[in-house]
Amino acid sequence: MPPAPGAKCEGKGARPFGFDREIEMSAMTSRLVFGASLACALGAMAVTPVMAQDMEKCFGVSLAGKNDCAAGPGTTCAGTSTVDYQGNAWALVPAGTCVTMELPAAADGMARAGSLQALERDLPNA
Amino acid sequence: MMAAFHAGLRGGAVPPGLMARHEDELGRRFAIYRNNVAVSLGEALATRFPVIRRLVGEAFFAALARVYAEAEPPCSPVLAEWGEGFAGFLAGFPPVAELPYLPDVARIEYARGQAFHAADAAPVDPRALAAADPARVRLRLHPSLRMLRLAHPAVSIWARNQPDGADGPLATGPEVALILRDAGYDVPVWSLGAGDAALIEAMLTGAPLAEAAAMAATAEIGHAPTPLLSRLMQSGAVTGAEA
Repeated sequence: MPPAPGAKCEGKGARPFGFDREIEMSAMTSRLVFGASLACALGAMAVTPVMAQDMEKCFGVSLAGKNDCAAGPGTTCAGTSTVDYQGNAWALVPAGTCVTMELPAAADGMARAGSLQALERDLPNA
Repeated sequence: MMAAFHAGLRGGAVPPGLMARHEDELGRRFAIYRNNVAVSLGEALATRFPVIRRLVGEAFFAALARVYAEAEPPCSPVLAEWGEGFAGFLAGFPPVAELPYLPDVARIEYARGQAFHAADAAPVDPRALAAADPARVRLRLHPSLRMLRLAHPAVSIWARNQPDGADGPLATGPEVALILRDAGYDVPVWSLGAGDAALIEAMLTGAPLAEAAAMAATAEIGHAPTPLLSRLMQSGAVTGAEA
């Protein structure tokens, strides 16, 4: 059975093998303690949210060398951008934050914003 | 004919059946092709094993890649699968004999590539966990999840050689690496303690949670399974709960 709502879960791990006693706990006690602790573990898991999966590709926001890549880590183009906020390099950001995140203005004073499509600004010199 | 072509790529004679405008250009033109194959394989190996390259240096890695590509050329057109034997190759490659941790670092890097390309699986419904009996429930883990027992502190070495890796005293002794593709499509490498490692191992063999936790407590007195289980859950790595 899972612990009742509000039931107290011990922070420390179960110690089913008589760790801090000279006489070992009876098998019955150890099973009970252990079971309660694990029920708490399952309860904790049930309320742990899976990290956000909703990410979007955002162009023009990554620092040089920090861009993501469609093919993933250790494969191809990740980390290949050469200028800050490079317009044709993207990074995965939480969905909905791409075009609203604050970026420093360009050297010529023009405001920068992220984009869901590739941008013409801040391209490396060919 | 294929055999002759492969031999030619490995530095043998120009294979028969090739044509060029002038007969005497054949060798030179084939050499360009041969070189392109070697260079692109070297680049593929470097993108799969960036930390190895960082550890031995670019020039050494380029030479190493050529020797490896000759010893174990890819046997599948899917280059992402190439490199499985690289760790073993490094272990038997005399010039890197004084870097005994390299093969373990290579194991981590190869496993990360495999984890990235592993099948998808949706996270478990939390309600199935809340109702589960620890003595009976078997937690299924994501297909990308891999655990490596390493003789060297390769997880620490790998972490320190990441672009944002922190300097600090390096761990000594063996380490256990847990590698998975999380819900954000990152492929982190975690270092596990003895209890966590035993827990994962038991769960991977299909043991019920209570049994797995008992194994963990045997491996590490006073082991608490909750932190690792919560972390797995958060990463989307728990994909099923079967009674």
